[in-house]
Amino acid sequence: MSRPVSYNLINKPLEADISIVNMPDGHQGEGFFATTLNSVIGLARKNSIWPLPFATSCCGIEFMATMGSHYDLARFGSERVGFSPRQCDLLMVMGTIAKKMGPVVKQVYLQMAEPRWVMAVGACASSGGIFDTYSVLQGIDQVIPVDVYVPGCPPRPEAIIDGVMRIQDLVGKESLRRRNGEQYKALLESYGIQ
Amino acid sequence: MALTNDIIKQRLIEKFGEQLSNFSEPYGILTFEAPKELNLKVLNFLYDDEELKFRFMTDLTGVHYPSEAGRELAVVYHLHNMVDNIRIRFKVFTDINKLDVYTATGLFSAANWMERETYDFFGIKFVGHPNLKRILNVEEMDYFPLRKEFPLEDQTRIDKDDEMFGR
Repeated sequence: MSRPVSYNLINKPLEADISIVNMPDGHQGEGFFATTLNSVIGLARKNSIWPLPFATSCCGIEFMATMGSHYDLARFGSERVGFSPRQCDLLMVMGTIAKKMGPVVKQVYLQMAEPRWVMAVGACASSGGIFDTYSVLQGIDQVIPVDVYVPGCPPRPEAIIDGVMRIQDLVGKESLRRRNGEQYKALLESYGIQ
Repeated sequence: MALTNDIIKQRLIEKFGEQLSNFSEPYGILTFEAPKELNLKVLNFLYDDEELKFRFMTDLTGVHYPSEAGRELAVVYHLHNMVDNIRIRFKVFTDINKLDVYTATGLFSAANWMERETYDFFGIKFVGHPNLKRILNVEEMDYFPLRKEFPLEDQTRIDKDDEMFGR
């Protein structure tokens, strides 16, 4: 017996014409609203992340599906995929990075302006994956610091979107002072950056 | 009369006599061994001969036989006669401590990158090569990864538990 086909027939009523993010916590009264600069900037940043895809293999194909109309990464404010590292906030490394490609990834990371975030998509970018061999970098965290790892070989578009949402969490909650802090400097120092 | 493996073998023996050895025909391709000093003479003969006309180099690669003392590394040449559509293969062997083999770049431009690759993975030094440096691996690499004494796995990993990988 063939499997019955189910269509998405649930008619969800439109809540509002335009969806707007919730306002951050703060004090408000007639004619004023007071909140922290941190949360306002976090709110703005997390809903306008410009990703830079660094796609070398099959995870890149999944990313293309993620950007397409069916999954639509644009819903998360990442409408504009930049292809210049100087304009982008989020480096998405998708696919096997050979040791010879390592310096290129690092160069791209260095060309990005602070604040910048990095997402390792898939098993190869996270740990070398099945390529436990002399020619493949065993995870991009050997050359640049990584914020979010997305597991999978390759991960489905849902997983990539989940990774982007976690990046959004990090971006939204990040302290404005973090990138000037000693800990962050030490982190970059450990990768030999600046 | 069409060119056959028997004719090629006969011509080679007429020219080089006892110096060529181990003739065989795996998968119908005539295969033999030559001393490494003769590699260019054999290539030139196969190229210039008006009957043999092996004027296309399909492949040049290396093999490591760690158990054969004194002749550990082989260089394999694959040639193609485009007119009669016949292929031929021959090997020269070299000692792992004396890695000099004459380059074939003078005869075949295709040998340039393939000899660089063979140098990259096996460390064979092609004497007279115009630009003998690594072609595929990172330039900082300090060993020749396809030699058998080096394990395939990346040795710099520290998170690896051999038991969980079945090793």
